[in-house]
Amino acid sequence: MTRYFTDEHEWIEVEGSSATVGITDYAQSQLGDIVFAEVPAVGAKLTKGGDAAVVESVKAASDVYAPVSGTVTEGNDALADDPALVNSDPEGAGWFFKLELDDVSELDGLMDAAAYKAFVDGL
Amino acid sequence: MTDDTQMLELPLGEWHRAKGARMVSFAGYAMPIQYDGIMAEHLWTRENAGLFDVSHMGQLQLKGPDVAAKLERLVPGDISALKAGKMRYSLLLGEDGGVLDDLMITNTGHHLYVVVNGAVKHQDIAYLRANLPADIEVVHDDSAALLALQGPKAAGALARIGIDPAQDGWPVPTDLYFMEAGPFLWRGVPLGISRSGYTGEDGFEISVPAEHAEALADALCAQPEVKPIGLGARDSLRLEAGLPLYGHDMDPSTDPVEGNAAFAISKRRREERRFNGADRILKALAEGPVRKLVGFSVEGKMPVRESAPIYAGEMQIGVVTSGGFAPSVGAPIAMGYVAASHNGIGTRLEAEVRGKRVPLIIAAMPFIPHNYHRRGATK
Repeated sequence: MTRYFTDEHEWIEVEGSSATVGITDYAQSQLGDIVFAEVPAVGAKLTKGGDAAVVESVKAASDVYAPVSGTVTEGNDALADDPALVNSDPEGAGWFFKLELDDVSELDGLMDAAAYKAFVDGL
Repeated sequence: MTDDTQMLELPLGEWHRAKGARMVSFAGYAMPIQYDGIMAEHLWTRENAGLFDVSHMGQLQLKGPDVAAKLERLVPGDISALKAGKMRYSLLLGEDGGVLDDLMITNTGHHLYVVVNGAVKHQDIAYLRANLPADIEVVHDDSAALLALQGPKAAGALARIGIDPAQDGWPVPTDLYFMEAGPFLWRGVPLGISRSGYTGEDGFEISVPAEHAEALADALCAQPEVKPIGLGARDSLRLEAGLPLYGHDMDPSTDPVEGNAAFAISKRRREERRFNGADRILKALAEGPVRKLVGFSVEGKMPVRESAPIYAGEMQIGVVTSGGFAPSVGAPIAMGYVAASHNGIGTRLEAEVRGKRVPLIIAAMPFIPHNYHRRGATK
C-alpha cells in the first residue's frame, strides 16, 4: 500500500486500483472542531480535483476534493454519528470514502509523505 | 495561510499570539479566532469565565449641551431618560429608518459613552458628525482597549484582582447590575466597566488604556476560572443567546421592527415620532413587519449557514443570516428573515444547502436562557 497527499490536504491510500481517501492531520487542525461530514454516495463518479465530500467545522463548511478520478465504492458511515473522528483520527478511522480508480497514472503528480511534510512546513 | 501583513494591530495582538491564538483578519484588524478550539472555548465560557478582546470596536464620547436629546434624532431609544451610570442598547438609524449600526449608549454623568461595531465605526463617526448639531463633539477614543469578561464565574474573578471605586464610598464593579456602568481604578489605572456583554451570560466590559491592557489581561487570565476566548466562540455564544450580529442579521436595508429590536424603540419616542424613519418604523410596529428576524432549530446535524434560502414548499419566503453548530445546544441553529405569513414559533420550513432541503423549525430565542445579573432578580 502507498499513501499519497494533495496540496488541498487530502490523503489517498492506494492498493492496486482501489483507494481510501481522507483529510490530513494538518487539515483537521486548521479546520478545528468538526461537527458534520458528508460523504459521497456509493456509485458516485468523481473527477480529479472536483468536489467529493464536505466537512464542516463550528465556523465554516469546506470542500474535500477528489485526489484522482474514480467511482465511489464505500462512504464512511461512522462519520454521520461521530464527525469528530475526523479530528481524533484523521488519517485512520476518520477516512471519508473508498473508490475504484479510473486511471492509476493520475497518482503520478501527488506528493509522498516526505514531500507533503515539506509542503506543510513551508506554509 | 492568512497573510497578516495587511492587518492593523490591536494593543493585545502580540499577547494573543503568545497565548497560542490563531489570528485572522476581522474588521481590518488581526484578531484571535481561536486558542484551544471553538467548542472548548464556548463551553468554558458558559461554565466558567472567558476573556474576549473586543478592542476593534469603536469607543466614542459624545459631548455637548443636551447631547442625549440631540442624539435621539438618530436613535429610537429614550436616551434623555438614561440616568448617570446606566446604559442602553440602541440602533443608529439612517434617514430612511434603516439600521446603520447597533450600539451601546452609556450616560457617564459627564457625556455619552457609545460603543459601536468595529467594521462600521468610521462610517458611524462620520455619520454622527454630519448629523449631530455643531455643538456636539464626537470623540473617537482609540487610545483604549476593550476587554469583555463573560461567564457565570466572571464576577468572582473580577472581584479578586483588586479593583477599587474611582472615589471612596462609590460602588465596586460587582455592585453593578446588568446594564449599569461606572468608573473604577486598578493599580491606579482608570477603568470604565459595565455589566454587559454579547454572550447571554453575566459579565463585564472593561475599557482600559491601551498601555495597561496586557497587564490587565494577564491579571484576569491568572485567575483559575478565566481563559482567553476567540472570535469563533464569541459568534457561537451570541447566536445561542439570540443576539443579532450587525452586517449579517441587520443592515441598512432592515428596520428595527423587522430586526426583532422593537424593544429598543422607547414608549415616549413612539408617541413623539421624532426620529429618522419614524413613519416607516411606527407603521411596521402598528401593522406588523413584512418580514421578521426569527430563530431556527435545525433538524439533523448539517449546519445551515448565512445566505441559505428558506422555503415553504416551493416558495422562497426567507433567507438565513447567521447559522452554525451551537455547542451548548448540541445541534445546529440559525437566525434569518422570513415573511410575516410564516413567522410563528413552531412553523416548519426548509432551508436549501448544497441543493438539499434541510428541515427548520422556527424557535423561540434565546436558544440558551440568558444568565444576566439583573437588578431586582431573585438569585
